[in-house]
Amino acid sequence: MAPEPLIFEQGSAGRRSARLPECDVPVRDASELLAGRRLRKRLDLPEVSELDVVRHFTRLSHMNYSIDTGIYPLGSCTMKYNPKVNELCARLPGFARLHPLQPESTVQGALQVLFEIQSMLAQVAGMAAATVQPSAGAHGELLSLMIVREYHLSRGEPLRQVVLIPDSAHGTNPASAARCGFKVKAIPADARGLTDVAALARAAGPDTAAVMLTNPNTLGLFESDISQICRIVHDAGGLVYCDGANMNALLGLTRPGDMGFDVMHFNLHKTFSTPHGGGGPGCGAIAVGAALEPFLPVPVVTCGSDGAYSLCFDRPQSVGAVHSFYGAFLVALRAYAYMLTLGPEGLRNVAEMAVLNANYVRARLRGLFDIPQDRACMHEVVISATRQKNENGVRALDISKRLMDYGIHPPTNYFPLIVPEALMIEPTETESREALDVLCEALASIARECSETPEVVKGAPHTTAVSRMDETAAVRNLDVRWRPAGV
Amino acid sequence: MSYTPHTAADIQAMLAVIGAESVEQLIADIPSQVRLAGPLAVPPAMSEPELVRKLRELASSNLDVDSTLCFLGAGLYDHFTPAVVDALTSRGEFATAYTPYQPEMSQGVLQAIYEYQSLVGLLTDMPLANASMYDAATGLAEACLMACEIAGRSVVAVSDAVHPRYRLVLETYLRTSDCTLVTVPSQGGLTDPDAVRLAAEAGAACLAFQSPSFFGVVEDSESLIAATKAAGLVSVVAVDPVSLGLLEPPGTFGADIVVGEGQGLGVPMGFGGPLLGFFACRLEHQRRFPGRIVGATVDKEGRRGYTMTLRTREQDIRREKATSNICTNQALMALAATVHLCALGREGLRQVSDLCLQKSHYAADQLCLNARCTPAFDAPFFKEFSIRCPAPPERINEALASQGMIGGYPLGRDYPALGDCMLVCVTETKTRADIDRFVDATRQIVETM
Repeated sequence: MAPEPLIFEQGSAGRRSARLPECDVPVRDASELLAGRRLRKRLDLPEVSELDVVRHFTRLSHMNYSIDTGIYPLGSCTMKYNPKVNELCARLPGFARLHPLQPESTVQGALQVLFEIQSMLAQVAGMAAATVQPSAGAHGELLSLMIVREYHLSRGEPLRQVVLIPDSAHGTNPASAARCGFKVKAIPADARGLTDVAALARAAGPDTAAVMLTNPNTLGLFESDISQICRIVHDAGGLVYCDGANMNALLGLTRPGDMGFDVMHFNLHKTFSTPHGGGGPGCGAIAVGAALEPFLPVPVVTCGSDGAYSLCFDRPQSVGAVHSFYGAFLVALRAYAYMLTLGPEGLRNVAEMAVLNANYVRARLRGLFDIPQDRACMHEVVISATRQKNENGVRALDISKRLMDYGIHPPTNYFPLIVPEALMIEPTETESREALDVLCEALASIARECSETPEVVKGAPHTTAVSRMDETAAVRNLDVRWRPAGV
Repeated sequence: MSYTPHTAADIQAMLAVIGAESVEQLIADIPSQVRLAGPLAVPPAMSEPELVRKLRELASSNLDVDSTLCFLGAGLYDHFTPAVVDALTSRGEFATAYTPYQPEMSQGVLQAIYEYQSLVGLLTDMPLANASMYDAATGLAEACLMACEIAGRSVVAVSDAVHPRYRLVLETYLRTSDCTLVTVPSQGGLTDPDAVRLAAEAGAACLAFQSPSFFGVVEDSESLIAATKAAGLVSVVAVDPVSLGLLEPPGTFGADIVVGEGQGLGVPMGFGGPLLGFFACRLEHQRRFPGRIVGATVDKEGRRGYTMTLRTREQDIRREKATSNICTNQALMALAATVHLCALGREGLRQVSDLCLQKSHYAADQLCLNARCTPAFDAPFFKEFSIRCPAPPERINEALASQGMIGGYPLGRDYPALGDCMLVCVTETKTRADIDRFVDATRQIVETM
């Protein structure tokens, strides 16, 4: 594929694309209207035609892998199919063309969507209430910890400043805790790949604010001691937070609230199929138990006895707000459409088929790669390239890159940190058996190449638009924007 | 309706490969006492036509801005978006991709983000922009926390002419970071010229202000930034990118951190989200910079390519020592802004800015001439203006609503002293006839009150 020049390197001085109407009000001198403020002298934006723009970004799109292109088994990211009808719904002018500050009487349908999606999320969580205000999973974590902090402060317990986090956790967990002013203490995993309950019991105490737990954990295993864990933490006066990144495995089977969790976040862009968009927009909705409901951010959507929806700002114990308005409404709307489409049986089917697919991959890869926890897993399986590294000097990164030559996006690699040479595979429920076979056969072929032609694997990828990037040079010769000549 | 492709035969064949009797056997790790006894209490499944009908009904119960005349701004703006923006951002290759961790398969989004960073840099005159934040409010909060790190102090000073909702988010973030917020007053819609002295006396790390301010007034950014720097404070400026088609950007005046809401650049208002926070800083602050950054580099064969860079600041590597917990970005919104700015181009953005300036001034003049309104402030404005009304703004709005119009934002909600003032927004989407209709309706309403 030929490299695509930057849009700044295309076009010609004076070329125009979009046209706007001529000014139909009396024109006055801008320097007079903006007296005392300096007007812009130089503005170096592209000067291209509409066709230049269309071709440029279409060509760029061809250099991008996506779910629409093929299987995307990126562990922890739940790259499932993003239904097209949800895109249609999000583009209805009655949703897309609403201003958030319109009178409530003119946005009753939008408020109803917010109210209902929040009720449905609370139901899926098994908790009292939910908000879609956070814009990402990490944002939901942060808001949850803000709520935990306010809860302890409201009870006169300012000394609860430690958050316990398993060492298998996502990096956002400790980062969010630190951002919220907490000290982080790591809890090890035991031989089963689960949270070491004895270590947790020793760590939990009067300084414990909360435990952050991902369930199923990042090894794809259900934390079967979860009720006991929650009891231990609650007895110590702490709260238990569920990182809902892996909620896809649990839909309709079990609910975090029923396990004893006090607060959780969802990734609507994972579990509820809203498009990841190359890294965003997301929605990190959170759900809370009744004890934490007063601390939810404002405004809260309420439904009066007359059936009218409104936005309530009068919440004296609220933590405040984490978004300019009410969160990523159009993302929540897509998730709403998805849940309405699936219904209770469909949601449960999501979890069951996600589990079936992950176990099928695990069974097919047995013998080809090390599988540290080779027993029934939930929605994802973590394999290890330790054998390939020791025998042929081929690393998990090389295997990931080689998979690209087979036209498949690699799994998450080097995570969780507790598994050496980890390759974390999450097929998701929307992949067919045939698609999984293509993935497994590619990995089987690469496993053979590791012993027969290891150099081919180590030099991969060979067929993509570019090969491995010089990351060191990227930092050393930092180039983060185009500059016009002479600037 | 379901999106799972499994037939009964598939399931049996797969279970045979696994060596399990049933799917139930695979989830046996979930203890029975936490298993859900019945189905989830959510609405029953719908077919696609049923879903579309329901969503259309819900959508049509809202009054969208195309079915009315809406003069609301206050942080989100109705700007014209060329059709090419949605056509390109709808492409599945962009919309259904993940964060570009694997550059070899993600050059499309990486190059688009590099172009986005370049456009933000060009607009704001800043050397380093990240691949986007959630929105302006969280961007401003991250900027102020970063300023505290830079200055080694824990007090943030913010002008009360900054959007009230941004200040609420800022306050929420600061409270959990053991930092304190000092709000410095505004005078005549502008940040008090004494603000820098007040901030410095409070021991602030930074002074944060917004231009145009929440009141629509264009601040004297040049003087404010110069005074902030002279006092040894970090300058944090929130800007409307559309105004930068006409106005000299804060980077030119030496701002340390520039943030803002990018929604006006091709992102639907969407009842408030998803939005696009942009964020730029001076190079010397790069190690404290939050969020993703894309850099140009070369591959093994020396070909130009793009990759995420300066990664050692980030949470997946640094965990609790990261500069921020942010791991996603708003890539698809950033792509929309990139396509939008390319489609508008140099002349197009200038024209949009100028149309906003001209039409908002026409509207303000007409309201004063014909509807007994007076300017709330004697200061230059860009596309929004605060106007004092001869009747309570809430009542004017109610009367406008009965004529199918949505008036401005009543400022008394956030500024009790401005109880008789309204913040009116007029962008290039309004024709002279629209404005005249609004002015005429307002005139009739205030005459009968």
